[in-house]
Amino acid sequence: MGLITQPEGAGMTTFDPQTQEGWVTTRLDFLVNWGRANSLWPMPFGTACCAIEFMASAASKFDLARFGMERMGFSPRQADVLICAGRVPFKLAPVLRRIWQQMPQPKWAISMGACASTGGMFDTYAVVQGIDTIIPIDVYVPGCPPRPEALIHGIMMLQKKIMHEQMSSKTLRNEMQPDPRSQLYIPADRIDELSEPFGNSVHQTRSAP
Amino acid sequence: MTAPFTIYQPEGEQPATPKQVPHRGGAANPSAAAIAAKFPGAVVRSHVMWGETTCVVERAKLHDIVQWLRDDAAQCYEYLSDVTAVEYRDLAQPIEVVWHLRSIKHRRFIRLKVELAKTAALEVPSIVDLYTGADWLERECFDMFGIKFAGHPDLRRILLWEQFQEGHPLRKDFPLRGRLSRSQQLTNALSANPEARYSMEELSIADAFEELPLDMRARLKGDSRTGE
Amino acid sequence: MATKRTIEVELSTTGLDREGRPQRVPLMADGGGTAVAYEAPPALEPDLGGEHMLINIGPQHPATHGVLRLVLELDGETVVRCIPHIGYLHCGFEKIGEYRQYNQIIPWTDREDYLNCIGNNIAFSLGAERLFGIEITPRCTVLRVIAMELSRIASHLVWMGTTGIDIGAYTPFLWSFQERENIYNLLEGWFGARLTTSGSRVGGMAADIPEKWLEGLQGFIRTFPKTLDECDRMLTKNGIWVGRTIGLGVMSPEEAMNYGLSGPMIRASGVAYDVRRDFPYLDYETYDFDVPVGNQGDVYDRYLVRMEEMRQSIRILEQAVKRLPDGPVNVDDPRLILPPKHKATSEMESMIHHFKNVMEGPRPPIGETYVAVEAPKGEKGYYFVSDGTSKPARWRIRPPSFVNLSAIPRMVEGHLLSDVIAINASIDIVMGEIDR
Repeated sequence: MGLITQPEGAGMTTFDPQTQEGWVTTRLDFLVNWGRANSLWPMPFGTACCAIEFMASAASKFDLARFGMERMGFSPRQADVLICAGRVPFKLAPVLRRIWQQMPQPKWAISMGACASTGGMFDTYAVVQGIDTIIPIDVYVPGCPPRPEALIHGIMMLQKKIMHEQMSSKTLRNEMQPDPRSQLYIPADRIDELSEPFGNSVHQTRSAP
Repeated sequence: MTAPFTIYQPEGEQPATPKQVPHRGGAANPSAAAIAAKFPGAVVRSHVMWGETTCVVERAKLHDIVQWLRDDAAQCYEYLSDVTAVEYRDLAQPIEVVWHLRSIKHRRFIRLKVELAKTAALEVPSIVDLYTGADWLERECFDMFGIKFAGHPDLRRILLWEQFQEGHPLRKDFPLRGRLSRSQQLTNALSANPEARYSMEELSIADAFEELPLDMRARLKGDSRTGE
Repeated sequence: MATKRTIEVELSTTGLDREGRPQRVPLMADGGGTAVAYEAPPALEPDLGGEHMLINIGPQHPATHGVLRLVLELDGETVVRCIPHIGYLHCGFEKIGEYRQYNQIIPWTDREDYLNCIGNNIAFSLGAERLFGIEITPRCTVLRVIAMELSRIASHLVWMGTTGIDIGAYTPFLWSFQERENIYNLLEGWFGARLTTSGSRVGGMAADIPEKWLEGLQGFIRTFPKTLDECDRMLTKNGIWVGRTIGLGVMSPEEAMNYGLSGPMIRASGVAYDVRRDFPYLDYETYDFDVPVGNQGDVYDRYLVRMEEMRQSIRILEQAVKRLPDGPVNVDDPRLILPPKHKATSEMESMIHHFKNVMEGPRPPIGETYVAVEAPKGEKGYYFVSDGTSKPARWRIRPPSFVNLSAIPRMVEGHLLSDVIAINASIDIVMGEIDR
């Protein structure tokens, strides 16, 4: 997790989570995760229509405060979860990346809506086809725009995900750059092939007639 | 500054919603004939389509015509609705630059057009000195079509970013998904440093310019925008 | 209140010379609020009087209502120059329009000014219908008026809520979103979607109103003015609200016309220009409503104009409900209107008709048209150029808030930094529409 460190030579350093479940660690995990999951400070990165539905979620009827999200952090430095609501054009891509880098660990990201998740209906020269090409995403909320119930469901999914995090996981917060030698690496031209549109009517890619 | 304004009211009869508008023909806006009378030879042709009068005018006379339309008491086209351009799918047809003018006082609407052959430079006179609102509209037109507006004080891209290399997106030869591949587009976009992107104008404002190092000043004067 | 207004204006415009251009005059005021000549202090400290500061607001800032970026040059706390940067939400709407048939474009109009979705749908349909040369049915006309006025109220409510938050009043946000939920419910009952309705078609509407829908609308017409009065009571004479809005961002009528402002912006500046009345559509001239006009042109007047417009919209809604005629919603034109679904799945001819209409699309005659409506932000125009194919050769959106925003450098000059937020909020910008 990176945040909780132990002094050298402490008794628990010999503990091996693979073979043995330590009572103290799991209880501590539970406590920390419970605290984190129920006091998420969202940072709404609202760009377009989804931001209006986000505002509706935060307003009186749906009331995000019920989920511990009372405080909207409009500064990335005081926020836990980035909610990217709306389409992200290429001009905004470096801004989004920078905001993500400014958020302190631990941090999570929700991609709200079809445009943020995949580019949605904007398959054009100007729009990023899914913000997971820029920042890591934990929960994708479908919809155009998602209803407030859908967003709340996404937030509850994120809370569940947080509840299952383990402090002993060394790689949880590592932000990795893919190594070209590894099997996980996908070359750029392959990504282009994959991100070509599929299943669309040929008429939709023709300008006339 | 705190004195109340006089209310500016349109004159004449309350108009009604147009019904059964014919495709071609119908009552023309009297201003079209007035332009032809005032500027002989400047109007290439004019027609009425769907109840809207269009005047295709000579490029050289456009600025004078718009100025006269705005200032003449009988015309009073004080309101510029829109500046845009049209390129047809038939690439042999000229590009058209379109101005939509309104007279709020007389409740009239007129469309002016200038045709630009693609063989020559795409350049039309700017009307920013007449309508300040034309500033951004002309910049957008330049950004999207690459049409130069001669006399515009600050003609640079407005919607796309300065380093956008792929051209002018609303031209018909521009593909819907851009010229570069998706990963190349993303790489280009992410390599832009968002906080260094101050334009020449912003950097030179106030005293900041005088305090810059000499080499930076020289570079800025050389019209290369910094940090980009 | 009048004396206070004068003092504030004086104080906040000392950065301007006689022609109204910014100049470097340090802000020093005596007790009466008039600027005094600047004298270098005798102290040992270096003279900091002329230092200008460049600050950046946005693109990620809660008070910029989206992804607007403002670069401000400040003299102390006074704005000397403001340079807006837009385009952070440029998605290529107009380019997509050239690749889609007319009915297929309607979902994009939702996402362009996303506070006024159904209004955009209808504006688009009106333009396309002019291009096809068809007349809509009387019932459709009245239904569209109802939808447009609901949408105007919904848009002004968001404006009121977010502007309230910007200026420091949180409660109007909660109240206005409560009312918006009522409008959402109505729209959802009619079109099946809360926000992005895609509710109109070329030649009609996606659906007729369901049974008992009008009762829900009448309930809204009954209850909404109460909420509006509560907001009115809370803001209009509130000392903080008045103090933070009066005298800010003044635009004279001549300037407003020269900048091409529209909607509540130009009306607050004393120009009685309303597309509904001056270039009417949808038989608006037969409704009895007033066009509110301000006579100061400041942020407070824009607020008053928008509040009054919501009341007038309620008046129009009342009249529209009374006159709603029976009859078909869609025109009787097989070129445009799809056969009913049960026929398309059971009859061969209807299926072919459906297939041809969807796959090839209706083709308008060669021509062009510019149709403008009074959107909540101002004059919203759609300009179509058809070359006879089923997809427009050019689809142009005339964005009202794009043109309104272009006046922000003029409006914030000489005001304090905190007033920039109020002025920016008063324009009622929607970045989706500005950047398109």
